[in-house]
Amino acid sequence: MTAATPSFQRARRARSVIPGFGLTMGFTLFYLSLIVLIPLAGVFFKSSQLGWDGFWHVVTHPRVLAALKLSFGAALIGALINAVFGTLVAWVFVRYRFFGKRFFDAVIDLPFALPTAVAGIALTALYSANGWVGQFLEPLGIKVAYTPLGVILACTFIGLPFVVRTVQPVLEEAEKELEEAAASLGANRLQTIVRVILPTILPAILTGFTLAFARAAGEYGSIIFIAGNMPMVSEIAPLLIIIKLEEFDYAGASAVAVAMLGLSLLLLLLINGLQIWSRRRHGQKT
Amino acid sequence: MTADASLQDPPALPPEFRPEGPLLHRNAAISEPAWVQRILISLALLFLLGFLLLPLISVFAEALRNGWVTYKDALFEPDAIAAIKLTLLVAALAVPLNLVFGIAAAWAITKFEFRGKSVLISLIDLPFSVSPVVAGVIYIMIFGRHGWAGPWLDENDIKIVFAVPGIVLATVFVTFPFVARELIPLMHEQGTDNEQAALTLGASGWKTFWHVTLPSIKWALLYGVLLCSARAMGEFGAVSVVSGHIRGQTNTMPLHVEILYNEYQFAGAFAVASILALFALITLALKSYLEWRHGDELAATRRH
Repeated sequence: MTAATPSFQRARRARSVIPGFGLTMGFTLFYLSLIVLIPLAGVFFKSSQLGWDGFWHVVTHPRVLAALKLSFGAALIGALINAVFGTLVAWVFVRYRFFGKRFFDAVIDLPFALPTAVAGIALTALYSANGWVGQFLEPLGIKVAYTPLGVILACTFIGLPFVVRTVQPVLEEAEKELEEAAASLGANRLQTIVRVILPTILPAILTGFTLAFARAAGEYGSIIFIAGNMPMVSEIAPLLIIIKLEEFDYAGASAVAVAMLGLSLLLLLLINGLQIWSRRRHGQKT
Repeated sequence: MTADASLQDPPALPPEFRPEGPLLHRNAAISEPAWVQRILISLALLFLLGFLLLPLISVFAEALRNGWVTYKDALFEPDAIAAIKLTLLVAALAVPLNLVFGIAAAWAITKFEFRGKSVLISLIDLPFSVSPVVAGVIYIMIFGRHGWAGPWLDENDIKIVFAVPGIVLATVFVTFPFVARELIPLMHEQGTDNEQAALTLGASGWKTFWHVTLPSIKWALLYGVLLCSARAMGEFGAVSVVSGHIRGQTNTMPLHVEILYNEYQFAGAFAVASILALFALITLALKSYLEWRHGDELAATRRH
């Protein structure tokens, strides 16, 4: 069986009348290597000059650990907030009718379209002590700007569209007959939502959550303005890379970069795994 | 108990006799009571209002805080104009590069069968999972003074990092997958039948692409270009690493915003930011228009 597959593929390719495989594939691989693969390999190579011990020494330095913890921790909390509210927003958009729906639907993608630096200074202006929102939070003893809370806020902002946009299409396709069946079999609405609807959209929620998490973990522009950037407290990992670069500590910078890349790649694998899992689930359902 | 009551509700009246309400599906068995709907809608809209609209409005409010004249002065100052020009130039170079790549990659991936296709697709998506700062750092490691090619570039007096070519490279990296990502699912759905028909009728490869493939993917292509340009003009992290922040020379608009902001020239920073926000709004409007008007001709799975 396995031996037959390649020859079958070769035969198909030979029969294909469509031209341009060599040209387009050649260009794709050339461009991909030039822009993405070789430069990325370069960072791995640079950090390998430190040796394993040197790499470990850089990455486990308390300031680096604190920065990595903040970047990935705040991203995690932001993604959790988005998983809850993103699902709610997707639900409301798909199932209910209300005034201004089209407008709000278009606005959802704002964090994709708005440059991160603009988002950063806007959030800072809003949540600083005399800002529109900050002036009401300050008397309550809640400080958002220049604290880790601000980092979480920025992470939530930039990850917002991911969950909504992954859950929305799945919810639109979900079969209402299943809900009717559940209701007719005596389930109340809450039971139907938890037992019938949630399992259908859970893979999409997880995918959106992971995408939002991955995006926020590497985020720089919208965070640095609001974070305050105090070492050990509100300093994110990407900023630490830039600081090391400015100190001409190229090996150190690449070590932190590799640590971030490794964690992001882990997330990417998770996304792929989730997509395969959800596809399999979907396949069973229909 | 209350839940049971809601279950007994629907058979009481056949759907056609029920009054018109905010319910999308008048079958109450698979919907929520109106008050629950109202609470959920309010919650969702409040979340969007607080997290999305308020920051957007505040950009314009802060920009115009000191009046129209200060706003205009901040925009027509030479450094700001240089930043706007550079931003447009970088986008004008980076977007066509990724456009050509997107078409080539989508053609190779969707019109042919080969091994490792899913790996190739994952590699094309890779730049989305890389932190923008890391995207900038990788080019410093190669083209920077202490990078691999640094000494050779110094000798030949070629500047890549801390100059325009580096900014273009970093921008190309972060916008790398946009066009390919829109085209691959769509061209996969469309298959190869039309192209094969054209080719058997004697059209050349290029002719087939121009007259058969391109018309059927033009809206998706435009959609990808739109998202690609928006990101290219707004990119901050990657560009900030490789730019060197030389005023009037290597400052893009987002970097100019940062510099003004850090110098406490808030009105100026928000003035330039408002132009970027305006670009973002135009992008969203065009994007929504494409989705409503040409939704069928875009790929079924749109995720970014």
